[in-house]
Amino acid sequence: MPGKLKVKIVAGRHLPVMDRASDLTDAFVEVKFGNTTFKTDVYLKSLNPQWNSEWFKFEVDDEDLQDEPLQITVLDHDTYSANDAIGKVYIDIDPLLYSEAATVISGWFPIYDTIHGIRGEINVVVKVDLFNDLNRFRQSSCGVKFFCTTSIPKCYRAVIIHGFVEELVVNEDPEYQWIDRIRTPRASNEARQRLISLMSGELQRKIGLKVLEMRGNAVVGYLQCFDLEGESGLVVRAIGTACTLDKLSSPAAFLPACNSPSKEMKESPLVHPPSHGCRSTHNSPIHTATGSRLTQNFSVSVPTLIYTGMGSGSAGKEGGPFKALLRQQTQSALEQRGGSPHRFCRRREFPFFTLTAFPPGFLVHVGGVVSARSVKLLDRIHNPDEPETRDAWWAEIRQEIKSHAKALGCHAVVGYSESTSICEEVCILSASGTAAVLNPRFLQDGTVEGCLEQRLEENLPTRCGFCHIPYDELNMPFPAHLTYCYNCRKQKVPDVLFTTIDLPTDATVIGKGCLIQARLCRLKKKAQAEANATAISNLLPFMEYEVHTQLMNKLKLKGMNALFGLRIQITVGENMLMGLASATGVYLAALPTPGGIQIAGKTPNDGSYEQHISHMQKKINDTIAKNKELYEINPPEISEEIIGSPIPEPRQRSRLLRSQSESSDEVTELDLSHGKKDAFVLEIDDTDAMEDVHSLLTDVPPPSGFYSCNTEIMPGINNWTSEIQMFTSVRVIRLSSLNLTNQALNKNFNDLCENLLKSLYFKLRSMIPCCLCHVNFTVSLPEDELIQVTVTAVAITFDKNQALQTTKTHVEKSLQRASTDNEELLQFPLELCSDSLPSHPLPPAKEHLESASSNSGIPAAQRATSVDYSSFADRCSSWIELIKLKAQTIRRGSIKTTVTVEKASPVGDGNFRNRSAPPCANSTVGVVKMTPLSFIPGAKITKYLGIINMFFIRETTSLREEGGVSGFLHAFIAEVFAMVRAHVAALGGNAVVSYIMKQCVFMENPNKNQAQCLINVSGDAVVFVRESDLEVVSTQQPTANCQSSCTEGEVTT
Amino acid sequence: MTSELDIFVGNTTLIDEDMYRLWLDGYLVTNAVALRVRSGILEQMGSTAAVLQSDTMDRYRTFHMLERLLHAPPKLLHQLIFQILPSRQALLIERYYAFDEAFVREVLGKKLSKGTKKDLDDISTITGITLKSCRRQFDNFKRVFKVVEEMRGSLVDNIQQHFLLSDQLARDYAAIVFFANNRFETGKKKLQYLSFGDFAFSAELMIQNWTLGAVDSQMDDMHMDLDKEFLQDLKELKLLVADKDLLDLHKSLVCTALWGKLGVFSEMKANFKNLSRGLVNVATKLTHNKDVRDLFRRAVLPKSVFSVCPLPRWLPTPGPLGPLHGHPPWLPPAPLS
Repeated sequence: MPGKLKVKIVAGRHLPVMDRASDLTDAFVEVKFGNTTFKTDVYLKSLNPQWNSEWFKFEVDDEDLQDEPLQITVLDHDTYSANDAIGKVYIDIDPLLYSEAATVISGWFPIYDTIHGIRGEINVVVKVDLFNDLNRFRQSSCGVKFFCTTSIPKCYRAVIIHGFVEELVVNEDPEYQWIDRIRTPRASNEARQRLISLMSGELQRKIGLKVLEMRGNAVVGYLQCFDLEGESGLVVRAIGTACTLDKLSSPAAFLPACNSPSKEMKESPLVHPPSHGCRSTHNSPIHTATGSRLTQNFSVSVPTLIYTGMGSGSAGKEGGPFKALLRQQTQSALEQRGGSPHRFCRRREFPFFTLTAFPPGFLVHVGGVVSARSVKLLDRIHNPDEPETRDAWWAEIRQEIKSHAKALGCHAVVGYSESTSICEEVCILSASGTAAVLNPRFLQDGTVEGCLEQRLEENLPTRCGFCHIPYDELNMPFPAHLTYCYNCRKQKVPDVLFTTIDLPTDATVIGKGCLIQARLCRLKKKAQAEANATAISNLLPFMEYEVHTQLMNKLKLKGMNALFGLRIQITVGENMLMGLASATGVYLAALPTPGGIQIAGKTPNDGSYEQHISHMQKKINDTIAKNKELYEINPPEISEEIIGSPIPEPRQRSRLLRSQSESSDEVTELDLSHGKKDAFVLEIDDTDAMEDVHSLLTDVPPPSGFYSCNTEIMPGINNWTSEIQMFTSVRVIRLSSLNLTNQALNKNFNDLCENLLKSLYFKLRSMIPCCLCHVNFTVSLPEDELIQVTVTAVAITFDKNQALQTTKTHVEKSLQRASTDNEELLQFPLELCSDSLPSHPLPPAKEHLESASSNSGIPAAQRATSVDYSSFADRCSSWIELIKLKAQTIRRGSIKTTVTVEKASPVGDGNFRNRSAPPCANSTVGVVKMTPLSFIPGAKITKYLGIINMFFIRETTSLREEGGVSGFLHAFIAEVFAMVRAHVAALGGNAVVSYIMKQCVFMENPNKNQAQCLINVSGDAVVFVRESDLEVVSTQQPTANCQSSCTEGEVTT
Repeated sequence: MTSELDIFVGNTTLIDEDMYRLWLDGYLVTNAVALRVRSGILEQMGSTAAVLQSDTMDRYRTFHMLERLLHAPPKLLHQLIFQILPSRQALLIERYYAFDEAFVREVLGKKLSKGTKKDLDDISTITGITLKSCRRQFDNFKRVFKVVEEMRGSLVDNIQQHFLLSDQLARDYAAIVFFANNRFETGKKKLQYLSFGDFAFSAELMIQNWTLGAVDSQMDDMHMDLDKEFLQDLKELKLLVADKDLLDLHKSLVCTALWGKLGVFSEMKANFKNLSRGLVNVATKLTHNKDVRDLFRRAVLPKSVFSVCPLPRWLPTPGPLGPLHGHPPWLPPAPLS
């Protein structure tokens, strides 16, 4: 009996009229938790009832406390007929279960009905008395904190980062149960909402248990997703990174620096960019043939690419990445499971981290992007308690990711994420991350003390350290072109680096970054079941390859050499596949200057054709030059002598073959190389290629004053002001079904995305100069001819004029410090690499591929990672202390804060007569900020109140009356925002950080005048304090200050 | 390729003032887009017409969703669905309830009934204001009227409290409501030269001095209806014309009060007898409703002279005399009641 939940229903307001005769409502409230229900009195004839109920008390297990939501139903009392439901409020009481978070939930909640939307508000107070339970075998995991934020939350420090936790639970989808035929849509929707709420509670509890087992106390980078598998059920799965976090005792002293946006930039130390190269491990078309027919678990594994780089180097010679791509890795991922000798890996099956930003020194090297996909046929989940099939599917994929990472000489994967795309009974499971070498000291228990003492001597890797290759240059897992690092000149770096993580804060970047997207559609024949799955799995490698090519070309066109935050989404529809890759391109100072792009014609004798080609070439060159100017990319000229000769054999250029153009022999290349630098050659040998080149040039840069990126912050901008605007934009287009070709599709899709971006720029023009950060595109194919694109991002203003001096000095300082002592650290990974594959003398890429993936290759790879980490234990340091050091070097004052809320707008001009200030200037609803970022510019997060994870369904049978599909969805999304804000405010918070809309499933049936939409959002509720406020009232307790300001809204009615 | 669905939802609802005005003025999406194209906004942003179309549709949809809340402004403040900065909320309300001078002159004093609403077509044609905008303005008048009709207390305060309007706008609405309630005729040709401001000024004075609430502070629930007793009493004013002594006394008092405060003082003094007679004639005939409605027409009859002294006890206060052309559009603050 470890907990007592207490609920009080205070009042309602703005209720809908339920009695037509009196135009009033006789409302009462049912409060339900688990199987216990309480009722308030009926408050007769009022739209603003004052129930002022007693405290309803529920005595419950803490297990239930974690799983169950509190369910509040507002009804209209009817003497003669059944009571009519007005709407419901679900309250997740999880935030009340850990000591540091909220102590009470109190405030106005929108009353939500799945058919009518928000119908008035209700004021509720919820408290929990928790008794301590030290039972070792308990099933609850109260006290484990959850964070959506994919970095160590501000105001905490990471003592140990334990590693990957995952869990999934399955159930039947109520929508597909037999009973659904006879119940109302409302009942069905509510059953679904309740079930999902219950399942996510259970999932969170189970993950919490795993964390406790690992002796952690928190999950960071918690990502929970729903798979609506239709007939076959409902899967709720979650991944995260278990950590032991310490609350920083003196937030006032530490936080300021920690939270300021400029600081944010430096906080994540991690990126090892991969070079590029393309490795494929085609797991098993064979599988398709055999296993599929027999078992219910039809499964097709799909070739996987390692996006480490592939543009230059020997690709052309070896027959191109295309060949490598088709190389099949026969060895099954599962075989590897036997367990690696590595201590780290033994302890945790998967050395994965969902974090995208890391404590300084955590990330040593980055190998490249690793991803794996697999196509599965869904089947009814027979036993919800044993979700083994789904577990096995994911285990397989994770195993594959792990082996890819090993092939890159890396023992860990960071920035890891998983996703699915489902169409009918086919499901594509995808996982991706960035292979990396980590500093082991953060992963071990009991090293904290030692670390603290040593921290001052502790060395940081250089700013360029993460760029250095983790693999052996003589045994590169893929063809790549290495040079000495342009920064330290000691280590080798690849020419291009792709990663899924945020830009490490200590990385030196030249100029600004920009959003780079690759977009691709492929038609597919409609097919059933296995035939369908096979068709999809056959298409996938080509799509991956082309997406990669597009990314590479666009990156070169921008004159940049690294991608961060890479996210590739493959969506499956009835008759097509869509690929959308988004990343933020930057110019890393440590990597070589990218070469240009060359165009080679196929029929060289045709004069006009050649003219055309050279015209195109000129256009491309102009674009590159323009982009360099636009993004302020002017790397210092470095003479070749200093750099030393670039390694293996300097290649003047390489050829990139398009997948369709297999005959490379006839091609004549024009020598338009840019000096000695490598250049990409685009062959124009068919109309497809022409299209591609055109599409390269059609991407319009954002209007001046606008920047965009999909990472947390824009590289090269750090003088953020405090105005932020988070938004969600949804677009659905209908394709004309006639004669759809791949080209037409591509063009439509491209236009859709470009127009959407243009609209965003236009809409937010009043914020200029500003940057769209964390731009997150999601594509879905709800029907045959419909494409839906959902974008969530935040626009942040910045101060154009303010100089970046603070950062510069900071970077310089850290540079100096780092450069003096980096060597020691760097040796570790190098040793690791050279030891790992000693027996392979320079194998050509394809051989290496084979070896890496075949059985014989594995031991080698494993050996690579089996370095005894304990030898490093004594070098451990606390990165927290380093943060502090860094933090102190940042001048907080440099951040200009403009308080937008108070910005007065001049009222009335022109037609309007002179008037005094309107009486409604003091609003009663407190402002709650929302942002997908982990920080709020110009403010300090002083407290994390708990995770917000909400799922809503909205349905209508009067679509036209609600303003059509646009009106319906617009209202629904606005309502979702409102409910999130209300919950945060009730917890005493004033912002949601790391907000994400994980799902937005929209279905319509205009003929029946119906539509339905499901939305799942999550984020971290926080309390923040403006830096300007802190400075003014430095003596005042920040939390108290803030609390009072947020509660203000709740008191007034 | 057609856009089936196209929405943008911000955590903070963005309000574009120019767009809001276009919407309030009743422009259709296509017209609004055309207007915006002409404004050169596309060149500034390097955008396309399609973007503008999408933006316009989206904003219109937002305004449409807000309109329901604007009908009861306090709701806009308390609602949770749209997070709008307070300054923007004020702007939304103020502009929604703003009205066109040309429109209000057409409707002033008319019964706010369905019949009048049917005439909005004609008013739209006459004034050049879109029908949609006319409807909004008319509905605003009617809504305010309905809400404050039966209320106790000061008209202006009630309006301000229930519609959160600025002081000035609330006074204007008080005048509109007062005129609509008493059905004063304002549409006659003779009255065309008078602006809404002129009428609003008179309305304010009448509310302050002629209504039940004004006469008897105990009965402060009747700020909309004229005090019948008082109108009856006005008959007694005949004496001012009939009795020579009283006439002279009246004249000297008025002249003392207005001396130096009136541009047309000498004319006034010279014509005092005529003016006074005209006024008294108007005043003594206010016993019938029909005559009351005709007040303004008859009041301006005598050589464009309008009543200075609606009530004897108000006499010492200076006020405009004669044609009201020079009457300032902004009025002095209302006395606290």
